[in-house]
Amino acid sequence: MTRELGFAQAINEALDLCLANDPAVYVVGLGVPDPKGIFGTTLGLQQKYGSDRVMDMPTSEGGMTGVAIGSALVGMRPIMTHQRVDFALLAIEQIVNQAAKWHYMFGGKMRVPLVIRMIVGRGWGQGPQHSQSLQAWFAHVPGLKVVMPATPYDAKGLLIASVEDDSPVIFIEHRWLHNIVGHVPEGLYRVPIGEARVVREGRDLTIVAMSYMTLEALRAAELLRADGVEAEIVDVRTVRPLDEALILASVRKTGRAVALDTSWKTAGFAAEIVARIAEEVFADLKAPPRRAALPECPTPTTPALANRYYPRAADIAAAARELLGVAPDGALAVPATGLPLDVPDPSFTGPF
Amino acid sequence: MNAETLGELFYAMLRIRLVEERIAELYAEQEMRCPVHLCIGQEAVAVGVCANLSPDDYVLSGHRSHGHYLAKGGNLKTMLAELYGKVTGCAQGKGGSMHLVDLAVGFLGAAPIVGSTIPIAVGAAFGSALRGERRVAVAFFGEGATEEGIFHESLNFAAMKKLPVVFVCENNLYSVYSPLSVRQPAERDLMAIAAGHGVAAERGDGNDVAVVYALAGEAAARARQGGGPTLLELTTYRWREHCGPLYDNDLGYRSEAEFEGWRQRCPVAHAERTLGARGALDEAEIARMHAAIAAEIDDAVAFAKTSPFPKPSALLEHVYAQ
Repeated sequence: MTRELGFAQAINEALDLCLANDPAVYVVGLGVPDPKGIFGTTLGLQQKYGSDRVMDMPTSEGGMTGVAIGSALVGMRPIMTHQRVDFALLAIEQIVNQAAKWHYMFGGKMRVPLVIRMIVGRGWGQGPQHSQSLQAWFAHVPGLKVVMPATPYDAKGLLIASVEDDSPVIFIEHRWLHNIVGHVPEGLYRVPIGEARVVREGRDLTIVAMSYMTLEALRAAELLRADGVEAEIVDVRTVRPLDEALILASVRKTGRAVALDTSWKTAGFAAEIVARIAEEVFADLKAPPRRAALPECPTPTTPALANRYYPRAADIAAAARELLGVAPDGALAVPATGLPLDVPDPSFTGPF
Repeated sequence: MNAETLGELFYAMLRIRLVEERIAELYAEQEMRCPVHLCIGQEAVAVGVCANLSPDDYVLSGHRSHGHYLAKGGNLKTMLAELYGKVTGCAQGKGGSMHLVDLAVGFLGAAPIVGSTIPIAVGAAFGSALRGERRVAVAFFGEGATEEGIFHESLNFAAMKKLPVVFVCENNLYSVYSPLSVRQPAERDLMAIAAGHGVAAERGDGNDVAVVYALAGEAAARARQGGGPTLLELTTYRWREHCGPLYDNDLGYRSEAEFEGWRQRCPVAHAERTLGARGALDEAEIARMHAAIAAEIDDAVAFAKTSPFPKPSALLEHVYAQ
């Protein structure tokens, strides 16, 4: 019998195991030991490991990132948590100038084994400053690794691998994944950083996804199946280092690609995917690659506009049909669920 | 201060002075192809502070770090090789003058983003405290850094956790060419700011090595005894241009009279006069010191100049720790 666990619980279990496994590991972040426990991901850990290993912090994202870096230089393995990606921008100087570069700029003498968890908000009016998904910023910087799991299994395995990695890792969680449930083995296991996964096999086109967009891709694949189209879905799992070989192998096979993003189109992750496809497998393409990403505006707060902001399964399917020149089956194109569009599932009633 | 200690501090200051002067002299050859921020005029701060530290204690610094590195015991040969971009440099040529490191003596690193290494020093103290060690961490920075938010964040956290940190502010009056008057209100009092954060603070003459030594000694002792962090504001003056080997008073951002006033208060000459007046140092001994240091620098320069550059394959090495 396979064990099922929620995504947030899988994170919690990974943190628990890492704390138990290595006395150098500590968890720090604003609200880490509070009653909400970072959406449940840090609940119970301070009770179990004490306030020297699981700790709250001043509202000093930049300074505390420097503190975490300094502690990592002398042998600790900090796991820092921000409740939103947007808040971590206060620490961008420390992350980009310092954490990312200390190994290289000191000729390999120093290492910064630091994990920084950041959460992408969405829906329920998160608005311009609680919803940004800036993986492209971090992935742009050599020296940083950027991880974006889509499943509870990968969340646990990738977080353990990140904590054990000797380089700084930006671990990006999507808020709409915290409540999903999936198979998660007990005990320590690692999902290697830098390995993508074929989530669904198909012959007609490749959908390259990450994080929450992997779920939308799976829904899109179901819509496309009704049109007789079989989509292959690659969940990159790690944005940097990117598993280019797996993506390119899939596109060589299908000849068509749609790259998804949780962020904007311009200079984004999906742009990087399309660029690599164009550079490496252009001759195998049967149609120009496409992107499904956010429109070029900040996230609006009102649901009236936010509902038009995020690409959904139907949009992805529409992009795929265009690539294939397939007319949609009108009856099946967009299932009218009647559910609100600004929550991941009906159990989510806000506010954060 | 007894003459023996002052003599050691004098020698350390003189050595930094002569190293910096040699760098200034050699810079014209254009073989050191990186920015250099010389600390001539500010040697007493580096020496007076580091004389209170053991190799187990940590030091972090900013862009003007040569003096801090040497005072902490950093290797001169690997420092000069680093300035020359050689593979034998302390950072294999990848860092240059602004990224010195010598782990053997606890010089954890330097970085030229103003204020940025202050929290890293706090983190080194925090990390070693978490590991059950009792090491002091010193952050060297200029007064410009006290205008950065991260300075205040660092003091706040160090005070809350009572960490063994000594924050050493070298107030040399200018951030590049911008004087204090365009950066801080006249009534701004760094001592009061530190007190507001719950950090002990002392102010002193950064050109008097005995003063620096005494203040840093108290701060280091407080740190070792679990008394928490201290901020020292040490007033001093940069003689040469902000970045580079030359004098730059001709630019007009500071007056010749102001410069001359500070030059009269040279920290190295001051210690030399004090020792001379006590009969603890004579001309012959001073000459021997100059000769010994010159020979050491000759050696280090030869090492740096004859060392190989990194191989092309080093370009992509050390991006990620293996």
